[in-house]
Amino acid sequence: MKLWQKNLLLFILVVLIAVIPLAFVEGEYGGSDGEAEALITEINTEYTPWASPLFEPASGEIESLLFALQAAIGAGIIGFGFGRLSAKYKASEKADGHR
Amino acid sequence: MNKISNEKKVFKASIIISVILAIPMASASAMHIMEGFLPPVWCIAWGALCIPFVVKGFFSIKKKISENSKMLLLLAMCGAFTFVLSALKLPSVTGSCSHPTGVGLGTVLFGPSAMSVIGVIVLLFQSILLAHGGLTTLGANTFSMAIAGPFVAYGLYYLLKKMKVNISVAVFFAAFIGDLFTYCVTSLQLAAAFPDPNGGILVSAVKFLGVFAITQIPLAVSEGILTVIVYQGIKKYSRPELEALSAV
Repeated sequence: MKLWQKNLLLFILVVLIAVIPLAFVEGEYGGSDGEAEALITEINTEYTPWASPLFEPASGEIESLLFALQAAIGAGIIGFGFGRLSAKYKASEKADGHR
Repeated sequence: MNKISNEKKVFKASIIISVILAIPMASASAMHIMEGFLPPVWCIAWGALCIPFVVKGFFSIKKKISENSKMLLLLAMCGAFTFVLSALKLPSVTGSCSHPTGVGLGTVLFGPSAMSVIGVIVLLFQSILLAHGGLTTLGANTFSMAIAGPFVAYGLYYLLKKMKVNISVAVFFAAFIGDLFTYCVTSLQLAAAFPDPNGGILVSAVKFLGVFAITQIPLAVSEGILTVIVYQGIKKYSRPELEALSAV
């Protein structure tokens, strides 16, 4: 099996791992850091956060935008990297072939 | 010669600073800890603890990329991988969501020291622009995600390689354990700062682990798989560099 086929299967597996709970498990699907905050106030009822973020996204939508941007920038860099590496690899294979 | 001794001096100085800051706090021992949710004493203590690691990481990176221009590209890809994965909020079997860490790739390729630098940069970005994590909790989050996780991941990776385990399996488990351990450390950090009024730190730790641990398991599996996918790609196209990093 070629590398890209193996990778595709693995990737599908990742998607399944994420999708199956969504399909079969009832839940609010909120963030676990929110749950941690709730637990902190449960354990120490007097605790109040002493600092707040410099900048908070105006809404869930904006927050999603920023997360999407972060993922997109990262994915872009990875894609560019692979493109470059693969081109250099093909070039060096060609060069070695002529030796 | 001079350069090496200068780096050593800076590194030693950073250890001293870290110890000076951390000793008074020594009563001590994802999702990331949110801004303001760790008492100041702990923020400073964890931050101080991170300093030598990040300093060492900085020098380690400098050395590695000076050897080969492709290394910089690989390093950028590892950083980008962390960037992507920590931006993904994935659903889990417990009915809640969390983030993978994405530190496995950089750890396996560049080692845990380098990862501390990459990690702190990602965390900084997330805390400033996304209100995810925090500046006050940067030290604690750096320690759990950029230091503790990678070191354990690397240890396991090294062990598995020595045992001649298939490299993909080794990479998978390194990433998997790195992810889980990061959240275990986060649970312990929170438990130490918020001990249960009845049961103390241990009971708190169990409670926090309950929030994070089970949720993380499928995420850690996904992270492991994604890390293997990217690792295999890099191995195919950039094998000589991997060998230079002794990551293959």
